[in-house]
Amino acid sequence: MSVDGKIAIKVGALAKRFGDVEAVAGIDFDVREGELFGFLGPNGAGKSTTINILIGLARPDAGTIRIGGIDCSANPKAAQHLMGVVPDESNLYPELTGFDNLSFCGSLYGMTRRDREIRARELLERFGLAEAGGRKFGGYSKGMKRKLTIAAGIIHSPPILFMDEPTTGIDVASARRIRQLVADLNRGGTTIFLTTHYIEEAERLCRRIAFIVKGRIVRTDAVQDLMRRTDGRHVVQFAVSGGAAGLCESIAAEFPGIRCHAVSDTAVRVESPEPVRIGPLVRSIEDGGAEVAEARKLRPSLEDVFVEITGIEAGVMKQEREKARMGGGA
Amino acid sequence: MKAWIAFWNILAKDFRAYYLKPPNISWGLIFPLAWTGMFFIRSGEGVDSVPTLLPGVIAVSVLFGATSLLSVTVTFEKKGRSFERLLLAPIPLELLMLAKTAGAILFGVANAFVPIIMAAFLMDLSGINWATLIPAIVLIAISSTFLGLFIAVSVNEVFEAQTFSNFFRFPMLFLCGLFFPIEQIPIWLQPLSYALPLTYGADVLHASIHRPANLPLALDFVILVVFCILLFAFSLRNVRRKWIT
Repeated sequence: MSVDGKIAIKVGALAKRFGDVEAVAGIDFDVREGELFGFLGPNGAGKSTTINILIGLARPDAGTIRIGGIDCSANPKAAQHLMGVVPDESNLYPELTGFDNLSFCGSLYGMTRRDREIRARELLERFGLAEAGGRKFGGYSKGMKRKLTIAAGIIHSPPILFMDEPTTGIDVASARRIRQLVADLNRGGTTIFLTTHYIEEAERLCRRIAFIVKGRIVRTDAVQDLMRRTDGRHVVQFAVSGGAAGLCESIAAEFPGIRCHAVSDTAVRVESPEPVRIGPLVRSIEDGGAEVAEARKLRPSLEDVFVEITGIEAGVMKQEREKARMGGGA
Repeated sequence: MKAWIAFWNILAKDFRAYYLKPPNISWGLIFPLAWTGMFFIRSGEGVDSVPTLLPGVIAVSVLFGATSLLSVTVTFEKKGRSFERLLLAPIPLELLMLAKTAGAILFGVANAFVPIIMAAFLMDLSGINWATLIPAIVLIAISSTFLGLFIAVSVNEVFEAQTFSNFFRFPMLFLCGLFFPIEQIPIWLQPLSYALPLTYGADVLHASIHRPANLPLALDFVILVVFCILLFAFSLRNVRRKWIT
């Protein structure tokens, strides 16, 4: 991947309201050419609104947008030829075959029949869908639909790709394969703007990340630099029965140097700049009426950084992840 | 040139996905047949009534064919979000909407020829003024399609599109002078008749087939063209306002 410092996407003071709701509140960021930029936040944070504005499906109330050097502030369609879009739902045509869907999407970008048919075959092969290419899209599994939707987004080989929650609602194996495809695309030089609420996904894929909460960007930084915040930090996660609620207050009161947050109803995570002594913590938790089933030392992750910066409990993000998985989306 | 590749492929895709599907073809045939049969029997005048009935049946076939399919297909694609793919294409919105409507216009025009072909077995068509009939059919198809587009942009669900279409279509049929002369409509309703595009299309159809026109034909055509432009412009404005929010 070559990130040469040229700006592919530049956003300044971008704002959007829906009635009383401030969906995007004057955000600024830029994405460099060849970069895989993550836009991370919980549901309703303003990720999809931002991406919709950038791709021309929504109009901003205020702010400036430059994509590939083209000013799109007044004309949202001005840079559409430079971008590919993978929406959060697989929105191809159910009555067309996989091959015909790709070919049709290529035609929307002015590709000749020969060029788009060659490219469609190449992409079906690359995405492991060659055998399913002649079948109707409506009959595909969720994972296959997602892969074909990504293929449709890059049929015209765009230099900039917008991906909105590419792995939401699909099984683990398909999600892993899609992450590989995204990483490969970026290695091939495509600038990728990725929105996700999967923190591990962002950590694994992105070079830089912006955290967005309630329409505001609270931090933009390289993943490496964000992770530096966790250097020398020690994290232990306790699996408890009898309820995690209220445990953190008593731990924080008893152990002043330790930060604690509830990961779920049955787990709490503690962080400390010093090595964590398990025994006293276990006793404290069990004195509080809960029983410790397991204590596990963890490598500090981007999730911990996210929690620290945004103040949003990781449990909230996890619940959203589960909700998205149950509800599907692909 | 590149934009036209997109135009032709959107049109071809719509024909493959919607217009050439067996249910639509059969609907396009059965509906005009049913209307023709109904009015033929109702008139009780036998074959002599065919020239007077033909303009009405042509108009009904075009109106229902064009409005139904366009409003339903656009609403269907909007609901399934596949319409977003079209909005993301780097082509002008005007060309995109023309591509989406071109299929319905052609389908409406094709529907018009079902009753004409049937009439060929029952009456002598040599008296028909084709030079005015064909442009009238095309303009009725265009205005009906753009009415369907206006409906599609105004609703969210497919069933709403059907209901809302009928809200326009049935009153229009009985007020436009196709089956009853406008002079026989209550005087307070007559201004409404002249606010409908089909009134002017019906006048040209009648004049092309069996009787003199009520208005100068040039005026009928100009008003039809104005209706087409207004409906298209209004629909585009609504697409920009409602779908690119």
